[in-house]
Amino acid sequence: MNYVIIGNGTAATGVIEGIRVVDHESPITVISSEPYPVYGRPLISYMLLGKTTEEKMLQYRPTDFYEKNGVTTMLGKTVSAVDSAAKTVTLESGEVIPYDKLCIATGSRPFVPPMDGLDSVEAQTPFMTLDHAKRLRELLGEGKDKRVLIVGAGLIGLKCAEGIINLAQSITVCDLAPRILPNVLEEHPASIIQKHIEKQGVKFLLNDSVAHFEPNQAQMKSGAVVDFDVLVVAVGVRPNTDLAAMAGCEVNRGILLNDHMQTSVPDIYAAGDCTVSHDIAAETDRILAILPNAYMQGETAGMNMAGGNRAFDKSIPMNASGFMGLHMITAGSYEGEAYIVEDEDSYKMLVTKDDRLRGFILIGDVERAGIYTSLIREKTPLSSIDFDLIKERPQLMAFSSTERVHKLGRAH
Amino acid sequence: MKRVYVNEKWCLGCHLCEYYCAFANSGKSSMVKALKDHKIAPRIKIEERNNISFAVSCRHCEDPLCVKGCISGALTVVDGAVHIDSNKCVGCYTCILSCPYGALSTSNEGAIQKCELCQKNEHGKPMCVQGCPNKAIVYEER
Repeated sequence: MNYVIIGNGTAATGVIEGIRVVDHESPITVISSEPYPVYGRPLISYMLLGKTTEEKMLQYRPTDFYEKNGVTTMLGKTVSAVDSAAKTVTLESGEVIPYDKLCIATGSRPFVPPMDGLDSVEAQTPFMTLDHAKRLRELLGEGKDKRVLIVGAGLIGLKCAEGIINLAQSITVCDLAPRILPNVLEEHPASIIQKHIEKQGVKFLLNDSVAHFEPNQAQMKSGAVVDFDVLVVAVGVRPNTDLAAMAGCEVNRGILLNDHMQTSVPDIYAAGDCTVSHDIAAETDRILAILPNAYMQGETAGMNMAGGNRAFDKSIPMNASGFMGLHMITAGSYEGEAYIVEDEDSYKMLVTKDDRLRGFILIGDVERAGIYTSLIREKTPLSSIDFDLIKERPQLMAFSSTERVHKLGRAH
Repeated sequence: MKRVYVNEKWCLGCHLCEYYCAFANSGKSSMVKALKDHKIAPRIKIEERNNISFAVSCRHCEDPLCVKGCISGALTVVDGAVHIDSNKCVGCYTCILSCPYGALSTSNEGAIQKCELCQKNEHGKPMCVQGCPNKAIVYEER
């Protein structure tokens, strides 16, 4: 068996480790445009903040990871074509590599909407890869004298703002949406985080977008004018699906999969940000570009590529993030009946529907949040637990004594 | 593999496991030096309500969601035990979001903390078990 993986992010790591659970022998080839060993993409903001270094980032897996797993890496090489009839992938260099089982783990790319005058801005970068982070670090220089405009108040834009909080003279974040983190939070909790970030000196222009760029200036639709030295475009990401489409895989925004991570084309699997997931909290198909999901999909794909039989059917949106010392954990869907508790330091929202916990938002006190996550993931009937206790705080006491014996008295 | 198991019927709710844990991971030579005037932050924690109490610490799952979701590679499985490299941890708390038992916690140092079965401190085997006066916490194969 000859395994080929396109991409070298977290999903690809899952594929390698998944294959090796079942098949310890057959060769694996990993092809990636990026010249680096695997790293956790969300770490780039932590690197700028000084909480990690490039060297540590590149230790997502030990240095001997590829060698120990019998993986041939082709880094800094880009795949230009996949031929599913001939079962080959072709590199830009013209080199042709055959496969028996292929996994497409091509991730996503920054989405840059057409914005008037954007091309005239020299000092700009997206914020997704290690190279983007390095470029941003270079653009900021050592003087703490640069005014930064970040377009996009989603997770990427705000983590970027946190990352450079001590490296920039000023930071302005704008977004078309009326609130920050529009895909992750509801209005009120978003305002809590926004106030906290504003206290650190970051300015927000919400409900607003850039009408026109000059090299060092953004003229906003509202009429506001923002002078900047460095521009970060963090509007969103789009799945990289071109190669999958070329191979004949069904694609609808992302690559379509069954619960074994198989595409519609035999012997081609896919995993990670390039795919469409089934969100079991909202009971809908959507793109879930989040790291734990990428790993789980990758591992599932790998096991199945190697002849195993593993399903992954527990995808939910979820995020753990902090902004300048204020922590936030969210998961699931917010459609249903909301239970909200708020005090000076923290905010909690639990959302239930049809006897199940569907989603939650925790800000400030996030301890033991995973107990909530597992209620969503396992579709636990709320009638089977003491929901009043769960509302109070995440705790195993809320489960029946039989269930507690199972949880704490057995190997898992 | 040997793991820490808890039998709530035998738990007295005395919290000694928490003190032994804090001592074991303090690097100090005596319990007095480790605990006197310190607010402890143990990796095993008692839940209690009415007459029920029990200790909760890392289950060292065979299929650990915390390790799979870790964004930095700080959480790893070594011979079946889930370890944390606090030097690599950036404190994103994705593991706290992921763990179904609520067994990882924040710490003042920024990195998360969790039970490592006392394999990385000088005691070598779980001190919570040794400190439990009623064998409500045991370390064995199951």
